[in-house]
Amino acid sequence: MIPAAFDYEVAESTAHAISLLAEHGEEAKLLAGGHSLLPMMKVRLAQPTLLIDIARLSELSGIRVEGDEVVIGATTRHAEVAESPLLKAEAPILAYAAGQVGDPQIRHRGTIGGSLAHADPSADLPMTLLALGGSVQITGPAGLRVVGADDFFVGPFESALGPDELLTEVRVPRGAGVRWGYQKFVRRANDWAIVGVAAYDGRVALASMGGTPLRAHATEEALKSGASIEEAATLAAEGTSPGQDFHADADYRAHLARVLTKRALQGQTG
Amino acid sequence: MEIKLTVNAAMRSDEVEPRLLLIHYLRETLGLRAANVGCDTTSCGACTVLLDGESVKSCTVLAVQANGRSVTTAEGLVADDGTMSLVQQAFQENHGLQCGFCTPGMVMASTSLLAENPHPTEQEVREGLEGNFCRCTGYHNIVRSVLAAADKLSEGSGQTEAEVLGVDEAVAAIPDAGVPGAEVTA
Repeated sequence: MIPAAFDYEVAESTAHAISLLAEHGEEAKLLAGGHSLLPMMKVRLAQPTLLIDIARLSELSGIRVEGDEVVIGATTRHAEVAESPLLKAEAPILAYAAGQVGDPQIRHRGTIGGSLAHADPSADLPMTLLALGGSVQITGPAGLRVVGADDFFVGPFESALGPDELLTEVRVPRGAGVRWGYQKFVRRANDWAIVGVAAYDGRVALASMGGTPLRAHATEEALKSGASIEEAATLAAEGTSPGQDFHADADYRAHLARVLTKRALQGQTG
Repeated sequence: MEIKLTVNAAMRSDEVEPRLLLIHYLRETLGLRAANVGCDTTSCGACTVLLDGESVKSCTVLAVQANGRSVTTAEGLVADDGTMSLVQQAFQENHGLQCGFCTPGMVMASTSLLAENPHPTEQEVREGLEGNFCRCTGYHNIVRSVLAAADKLSEGSGQTEAEVLGVDEAVAAIPDAGVPGAEVTA
């Protein structure tokens, strides 16, 4: 499969990428690792007329501490996030989740910003950012804005990112020693989650239980008011709207959400 | 557009369409047929090659994304005198193949795996190869081959592990590729 023809420009800076987006509008797409975009282009689910390559911008890559947050550049690759000593110490759930994405080859190419901007409700990193209560920094013609994870995921494969904007940074709280748990149910080694659960510091986020990654609010409230893990986990599917597909129907997904939430909470480390 | 890169340590310069996939550039433009097109959907790993020394699925990389970088295919692991790399020899000696279709991808993924983790456990080998499918299901001997290669690697030879494995990390500067960042990746 070969993508439809397009033009290709290498962005020389973030500002250059923004100006190219402004010039070409929705016809243009940003290319980082390309591991969500190129598969869609090969099957013509996406047909941009211009790809703007931002993968070579060193200013967009890297991991650093800033105050009480860890800041990860948008084009930092999954393999770098997974192996980062800084993240393993300060936000181990994020390093772990990045190591769950795809397979080693995919982790050598795919980027944290790309995965979040793709906003796949079944993917590892959107769910994890939601559990962490992290945020993303977005750069556009009007400057910078920061959007919290609770507001960033708008619908299936749809985020708060505008067509003229660029996701530049990912911010997560520093949390050495904070308890976390992670569960992902798949039938084949490198599949997307049939259901996924990320638990962090009393927050519980679910993958594949609706059009966006979702908080398990009823479970969180129950935990806050002193319910046992077993009791709280029975509420994990409340307020969700899981879909039905080849792998699972909605009832089975709801069942998995309850079971995996229990396991994630019981298995917490940190 | 014009791309400049090294493929199996040789400088190349070619005019390509932006939509040309790296696998098609390697197979059709350069005639390097070791890497195969299997699933064409980033799943099976038959098209695995090394990009700056790291395994990637070349069906999901554009040739223009390799501009200014170094690409290694299974052909490139073989020395000029025909001597196969340590990993290739281990696959031969341990019969790490059946029909052979997945083998070039398996060899490249294993080479990258050992460059990152020269002393893997069996479990780490199995997980490290999760992006490569063998439809003959010949996984036992493949895993055995990688563990045998790891044993030989740890015998030591005065060379770096990457050198022994034949990984061309030559993230090497290609000065006139016109690619920002190409000179700082060394």
